[in-house]
Amino acid sequence: MDPIIETRQLTHVYSEGTPFRHVALEGVDFAAMPGEYIAVIGRTGSGKSTLIQHLNGLLKPTDGQVLFAGEDIWADKKRTHQVRFQVGLVFQYPEYQLFEETVYQDISFGPKNMGLDKDEIDRRVRQAARFVGLDDGVLDKSPFDLSGGQKRRVAIAGVIAMEPQVLILDEPTAGLDPSGAAQILENIRTYHQEKNACVILVSHSMEEVAREAERLVVIDHGHIPFSGPPADVFAHGPELEQMGLGVPAMTRVFARLRSLGVDVPASVYTVEQARDAVLSALKRGGGR
Amino acid sequence: MALKDITLGQFFPGSSPIHRLDPRAKIVGLVVYIVALFLAQWFVTYAILLAVLAVVVKVSTVKVKALLKGLKPVIFLLVFTAVLNAFYTPGTPIFSLWIFTVTYEGVLHAFFMVVRIMMLISCTFLLTYTTSPLALTDGLESLLSPLKKLHVPVHELSMIMSIALRFIPTLIEETDKIMSAQRARGADFDNGSIIERAKALIPLLVPLFISAFRRADELATAMECRCYHGGEGRTRMNQLHFRPGDVMFIIGAVVLAVVIGVMGRFGL
Repeated sequence: MDPIIETRQLTHVYSEGTPFRHVALEGVDFAAMPGEYIAVIGRTGSGKSTLIQHLNGLLKPTDGQVLFAGEDIWADKKRTHQVRFQVGLVFQYPEYQLFEETVYQDISFGPKNMGLDKDEIDRRVRQAARFVGLDDGVLDKSPFDLSGGQKRRVAIAGVIAMEPQVLILDEPTAGLDPSGAAQILENIRTYHQEKNACVILVSHSMEEVAREAERLVVIDHGHIPFSGPPADVFAHGPELEQMGLGVPAMTRVFARLRSLGVDVPASVYTVEQARDAVLSALKRGGGR
Repeated sequence: MALKDITLGQFFPGSSPIHRLDPRAKIVGLVVYIVALFLAQWFVTYAILLAVLAVVVKVSTVKVKALLKGLKPVIFLLVFTAVLNAFYTPGTPIFSLWIFTVTYEGVLHAFFMVVRIMMLISCTFLLTYTTSPLALTDGLESLLSPLKKLHVPVHELSMIMSIALRFIPTLIEETDKIMSAQRARGADFDNGSIIERAKALIPLLVPLFISAFRRADELATAMECRCYHGGEGRTRMNQLHFRPGDVMFIIGAVVLAVVIGVMGRFGL
């Protein structure tokens, strides 16, 4: 299968030619398959936001290429514009971009820009609202009368309504309480499964990405040192910690148990896996 | 993107002698220099002023490119001034176009005017490039403090100014972010007729205003929480002190202005 979105030797330099020159990405090769659920992790300033803004053509590479479905997104102006509808990007704290009088109008901003007809827009707005768990009563309200969590869901719906094949979310759960965060992640998972869309989640919560994503991509100082299934990536615990990332609490506990000589598997990163591993270890140990 | 490159009121940190000057000395020096610019009459005086500016730029380690970038937004003004001066100065005609006549004096006048505006803007930018906004407002407040006797709220004004300066980069960043977010939803800010472009600004301006008000509100609360109640009895962490170098700088500027003024009298 060919990747749906791909970067080749992507390099981006900010403020070239000023004292603030800063290399954010250097020769990055990144690829995402259709229908894949990827998490991008990296500390603040590692270049992860720069990377995702290249994926839908908001930033132009200083050097290298960004390919969508095998074609350069900067080939011509029209293509760059079209790619933005195919690669939906939800920024951090997206609730601050709401501007319309009603929730309905705000969600329909993207589909309207796509030039769709009225019925299609209506269908998409309602479906997007359903995906993020907003009921019909909310659609006629002003987005500024909603709670923080609801505003965020409206903003996410605004991107989902474009029905992108790739959905990128930058820290979608930042600043939400645990139940609000869980709900949003659930909404994203629903979209991922029902539309078979590729989802790229940017986060620095290890527990969160470990539970949600099939593959992790680590970014550090503009490079991708590790990429793979969560268990493989978390096996690099010490290196991750040096990058200021750390590993899920359960992985740390089990690494410590192993170093104490307890026979448990190394690839544990969720509480559920930990429970099973402990139970089977106890069984083997004959109830000691 | 392009917005990030706006250098209005931007500070380039550094440790050159110009950076280390007392902000009051720099402000006074700038004002005196601008006066000198208006006293200049002919090539000789302009050349002296340009040489002085070049030396100060060299010492300040600010890149000439950065200064020239600051001139970009005023290109229209420069062209406009040049054209107006070239056509509307009476004197020896060079050529005529319908009712318009370009005169020899006009061309010279236009040239001097453009050079004057360019130097004016460059030296002002030099001040903001080498002085942190905080130092700048401290300096202004200190220079204007005699007005307190006339019940001018100098402290409040300088506080307003320093907050405004402080928030320029924040608001630019915010604008950039919201623009990106709306672009991601297919908004198009660069194409279309003027009316379409003005309409395209709504998705940008509404969130921007909301966030500016939110920030202002939060800042006011934060200041009140720390018992801010204006300038009465307020002391500073960093007191401004004139050093010999600062005095020399001002004296140098005044001498320059006087020399230029005298030379200008003689038509140089």
